[in-house]
Amino acid sequence: MSVNYKRIAMDGFWTNNIVFTQLLALCPLMAVTDTATNGLGMGIATTAVLASSGVTVSIWRHFITHEIRIPALVLIIATLVTLVEMGMNAWMHEMYKVLGLFIPLIVTNCAILGRAEIFASRNWILPAFVDGLFMGIGFTIALVSLGAIREILGSGTLFANASLLLGPHFSFMEMTLIPDYKGFLLFVLPPGGFIALGFLIAFRRIFDKFLEKMIPGALTPKDPVLPAEVEEAAN
Amino acid sequence: MFDSIKNKHGHNPLFHAALLAGFALISAVLLILGDKVTSGAIKQRHIEDLKHSLEQVIPASLHDNDMWRDKIEIRQDGQHPPRLVYLARRGGKLAGVAFEVSGRGYNGKITLLMGIDADGRILGVRVLSHTETPGLGDKINERKSNWIFNFDGKSLGSPPPDQWKVKKDGGAFDQLSGATITPRAVVKAVREGLEFFKAQRKTLRRSTKGEPR
Repeated sequence: MSVNYKRIAMDGFWTNNIVFTQLLALCPLMAVTDTATNGLGMGIATTAVLASSGVTVSIWRHFITHEIRIPALVLIIATLVTLVEMGMNAWMHEMYKVLGLFIPLIVTNCAILGRAEIFASRNWILPAFVDGLFMGIGFTIALVSLGAIREILGSGTLFANASLLLGPHFSFMEMTLIPDYKGFLLFVLPPGGFIALGFLIAFRRIFDKFLEKMIPGALTPKDPVLPAEVEEAAN
Repeated sequence: MFDSIKNKHGHNPLFHAALLAGFALISAVLLILGDKVTSGAIKQRHIEDLKHSLEQVIPASLHDNDMWRDKIEIRQDGQHPPRLVYLARRGGKLAGVAFEVSGRGYNGKITLLMGIDADGRILGVRVLSHTETPGLGDKINERKSNWIFNFDGKSLGSPPPDQWKVKKDGGAFDQLSGATITPRAVVKAVREGLEFFKAQRKTLRRSTKGEPR
């Protein structure tokens, strides 16, 4: 039994991206992506929870029977999120002040429950970790790109307050792209987020078509077997 | 080993209930441990936050006590909950006070911290939390615009009481472009804070006669 880690990574990062393909987790997406910095912070926190919940669920997967899987998974995820929140409040307080409001929302992120149920509860620890990590990275990419578009169009800046999140060394990231910009409120508010997301998904489709034409088979993997299916067959 | 137990008892609902209870127990233990490890640090962070906010509304040169520790609870009439007032003392005398006030903004509650000197002049006002519209109402935050500094040095006498309104309502304070409800709520809350100080001045003076805590 060999596990195709490249396939898992590519799946989470691009082909099966939480936002662009699965269209999941739109609620936290719209709530935090008014600036690229907030998107980045939420992305990092969600990635941490996705990877750690993947590992935890994978360790306990034989004890999570089919009948209790949903409450058990919710319990595990909620516990992890609470621990992350307490840890951030205690040791990364500046970041917590910016993102604190959104951290409990991670529990309700259906993508995390989805990955735990579909992938982590059927796979060995390492693939579950890689899957969580790359699903999280893919989600972070979506959050940051949508945040960047909304921030540039809505406020004329990019990565404003990045030094609050990442520390004073990162103040070089804070840019004012359009000086004396009056602001375009629509893009700061959620409706603008939906409009921008629609365009992003459209561009992604166009890019995928283009890629398919240039390198045939780039997006349709030669080995269609997911590790989950391999293990189930082995059992 | 677990698989054989599962095969034997899998049809029994109690088996699954016990399993879930086991998960709940492990979660509870983890959360208790997490709380034990972090609660001290979190408390420390909250004190630092409070100190930092107090420093912004009461200049450090004005007092020689630890303001965050030196607080009294003022009971008002039945309608309002008791208000926590932080005292600034210099040489044992009341130099100023700081307390929270709140108002109803466009989207919800706006909480402010205001500092007043012993003569009833505003030393500073800062927004602690709000849910106003980004780009419009959130300009009350000192990071977004310097509108909030308009209050510095103002008191109930200047501008006169009937001028404690935004300009649109015939008062002395600028509104924000595109947002009137937010500044209106802030001006009203600050004014109420000044009135509270005026009404409680004697109580506050008396309470500073004793030893600082």
